[in-house]
Amino acid sequence: MKKSHILILVVIAAAVTIIVSTAGDASTYVGFDEAHVMSTAGNKKEIHVVGELKKDANGHIIGLEEGPDKVSFSFIMVDDNGKEQKVTYSQPMPSDFTRSEKVVVIGSYDQENFKASKILLKCPSKYQEQKINI
Amino acid sequence: MHYFIGGLGHLFVITSFITALVAAFAYFKATTVSALEQKRFWLQNGKAGFYIHAVAVLGICITLFIIISKHYFEYHYAYNYSDKKLPAYYLISTFWNGQEGSFILWMFWQAVLGIVVINTNKFWEGPVMTVFALVQAFLASMILGVVIPGLDFRIGSSPFILLRDAMPEAPIFIAQPEFVPRDGNGLNPLLQNYWMVIHPPTLFLGFATTLVPFSFCIAGLWLRKYRDWVRPALPWALFSGAVLGLGILMGGYWAYETLNFGGYWNWDPVENAVYVPWLILIACIHTMITYKNSETALKASIVLVISVFVLILYSTFLTRSGVLGDASVHSFTDLGLSGQLLIYLLFFMLAAIALAIFRWKEIPTSEKEASVYSREFWIFIGAITLCLMGFQVLMPTSIPVWNKIIGLFGGTSNLAPPADQIGFYSRFQLWFAVVVGFLSGVGQFFWWKNISKEELKKELTVPALVALVLFAVIITLGKVHNFSYLMLTLAGVFTLVTNAKILLSLLQSSPGLSGGAVAHIGIGMMLVGIMFSAGYSRVVSLNNTGMLISKEFSEDFNRENLLLFVNEPRTMWGYDIEYLGERLEPRYHAGFIRSGDVAKTGDDDRVIAKVEIPLEGKTYKVKDTIEIHGENTFYEIQLRRRGNTYTLYPRAQINPEMGGLLVSPDIYRTVTADLYTHVSSVMKPTEDEEWSKLEEMRIKQEQKFFVNDYVAVLQSVDRVFEVEGIPLTNEDVAVRAKVYIQGKKGDYFAEPIFLIKDKMVGRIPDEIQDLGLRISLLNIHPETNEFSIGINTRQKDWVVIKALEKPFINVLWIGTLILMTGFGIAISRRIREFRKMKEKGME
Repeated sequence: MKKSHILILVVIAAAVTIIVSTAGDASTYVGFDEAHVMSTAGNKKEIHVVGELKKDANGHIIGLEEGPDKVSFSFIMVDDNGKEQKVTYSQPMPSDFTRSEKVVVIGSYDQENFKASKILLKCPSKYQEQKINI
Repeated sequence: MHYFIGGLGHLFVITSFITALVAAFAYFKATTVSALEQKRFWLQNGKAGFYIHAVAVLGICITLFIIISKHYFEYHYAYNYSDKKLPAYYLISTFWNGQEGSFILWMFWQAVLGIVVINTNKFWEGPVMTVFALVQAFLASMILGVVIPGLDFRIGSSPFILLRDAMPEAPIFIAQPEFVPRDGNGLNPLLQNYWMVIHPPTLFLGFATTLVPFSFCIAGLWLRKYRDWVRPALPWALFSGAVLGLGILMGGYWAYETLNFGGYWNWDPVENAVYVPWLILIACIHTMITYKNSETALKASIVLVISVFVLILYSTFLTRSGVLGDASVHSFTDLGLSGQLLIYLLFFMLAAIALAIFRWKEIPTSEKEASVYSREFWIFIGAITLCLMGFQVLMPTSIPVWNKIIGLFGGTSNLAPPADQIGFYSRFQLWFAVVVGFLSGVGQFFWWKNISKEELKKELTVPALVALVLFAVIITLGKVHNFSYLMLTLAGVFTLVTNAKILLSLLQSSPGLSGGAVAHIGIGMMLVGIMFSAGYSRVVSLNNTGMLISKEFSEDFNRENLLLFVNEPRTMWGYDIEYLGERLEPRYHAGFIRSGDVAKTGDDDRVIAKVEIPLEGKTYKVKDTIEIHGENTFYEIQLRRRGNTYTLYPRAQINPEMGGLLVSPDIYRTVTADLYTHVSSVMKPTEDEEWSKLEEMRIKQEQKFFVNDYVAVLQSVDRVFEVEGIPLTNEDVAVRAKVYIQGKKGDYFAEPIFLIKDKMVGRIPDEIQDLGLRISLLNIHPETNEFSIGINTRQKDWVVIKALEKPFINVLWIGTLILMTGFGIAISRRIREFRKMKEKGME
């Protein structure tokens, strides 16, 4: 066997290991219902949930509560299946949070409460925003 | 309305697009025609086209900058990213705050590099500039902003678009089409940092420079000059490695200084997107050097050079197309360019791969296998390690792309990137770094071609022993016990020592060749610095009082944060630490203002001096207006040990609109460690304060008395004829008392007012925020020459802080500087080589 063949085998083995571990450690995008089922089944792995903030008929955000210390807050999120869930976050509200059109929370269920460890936002593009400060 | 300037800018954009196409075509013809006469004609045309293109790009930059600096808020770009209060140097960062601006920056650098290539390299001008001009055309199309009639399809997003065209449905524009906003939205406060002035240009210069080796490689394949393209490309590849590396590190340093996640690297997709191409670029530099010295690894060099450029395009696609929207903390606004970006990526990727495949059989290879005792063998292993290292980051970062691809074929995939990014990537990258560290130490001891076993042993013994001793000292003093950290330290120390030995011998013989040794010493130091500062970062602001800060906080928060009351020292990290009060930041002067020394106005950015305030360059008198950065509040925290004092000013931005508290750390730097401190909870400015019951005292002028343990003196009581906000008539009387209070840290004055207006008594108390005192003049007793002074006290001002120790982080920063020095030495060596060959008429 030539050295180059051994080398190729080693590289392939390393690449396969990397791909397998990526798949193994990857999180998943799920809805709140599924996340809750996973949690009660004992799977405490952090997952991604995509959704929107709950809004009333006039488009105002409702259910936003600032924590007593200002370093935490909670909000009501509606996932893509329409399920509502209260989400708590132990950090201050990210900037542009209320402007976001889509929210991704990464975290897991703690009993009936969804605890987010990270929040990602998707903000409206400049061609959609129509508000102007006069 | 200033229509002309935007029209001019748009004209420049269109010009730059067309001239780039013209230049690409002319240079293509110049490369493919064989008649010399025609070749010269097309070359001249190509050159003229590219020069006009460069002028147009410069024109775009100037017009956009005029729009920003003259505050033409009728333009979307100026309105969205700047305001009138921004100082000039942040107006520069406004330029590249929007995506369009960063495309312009990228084009600008490539135009400059193109001109450099035209003027330094006659032989390669035609094919290299064909690629250059083509890339420029693609970039120009991103900011074209042209709607194809009939199709309703817009190519590119123009930075010169008017606000009313960007928001046609805004009610104000329907009512008043000529409306121009008085002020802009302003620049994100986190970006108002000097690193954001120099980091993006550096990073985009790094992006731009990867085009040069790529173009040379394509030119080499195209002209079948498989061996010749490496020499002119190598100095550029080194330059690119240095600039891109510097850009990445600057970004890390900005994050460390400004953001509060407590580190310099977060493994966010945006960071990964530039880290991967850089790793591959470094691998590529190594294989190119190998090829120059031993004629091996030519095919590997070609593959890697192409990969670097394609990865740069891929990272542009990832970060700007919105595909990462659900995966990154950076919220990217999708400009609707995804399709264009994808075409840009696929065009160069497929064209380069196709060209390489067609020519593959013709590329010369060395038949002989490299010996295990040769340098080329080990460099090759190192390059493979770097590629795998990049691959490991690329796979998970691309998960959103995999999902999209699976979706395209009708499947569904709900895979998301790992939730704990830092833990996930570090676990793998650490071991790759260990391998890279050992290889860059060992590799230097092999000579090109071959070395005997005995000789190798002789060479390696001493440095290996020295490295082991140094390693033992470091882990004993640094108390390193974790196995993976031990290995990383050993790898770092080993490469440091072995390369130091090489450096010493090179300094005597040929210092010009020492670039590699110096760069590898830098890498060794960086590995050790990263190991300590990231692996052994620890919270030092531990709450040892046994009392909870608040039971509403979580358990962790109560344990890891320190509550500081104003002027009440605590101990932390071996220092006495004391909170001295809130500070405001003057807009046009250095230094800080005590917030108790000024009165607020309706405008957040203006305050009125209550006492004389000397600032750098100007002393403000009482009642002068001082302009401040209203969004920023600083907290002065003093550290004291053995007679030395040091002051920290961590920052908070309390912004109810953006929701809550945005904090930035301040860093106390010592030789062995950084103390990284940020506030984690502050008093609410709007909260109703709870004052104690009024305490009344009768005192005479000049009499000393005590308020809340502070010595105070009633200095004077004078009649005043003007009281702010209250119109006085001749019948009314107003008196103002001046009370001096000796604080532990400096003096304070309170000036309460007593007035009789329309025969009614009124009192205006004055507050000393730092001391938590409110003083009022309650009554005047002419019969006894006494005055009644009322005192309320409240809980003292407080702040909650969190502090982290980052041990030996300076080793990392020094290592990066040494790495850059190494690159510098290597670049100048390759440029010297290039010049020599040019004199011989080879380029």
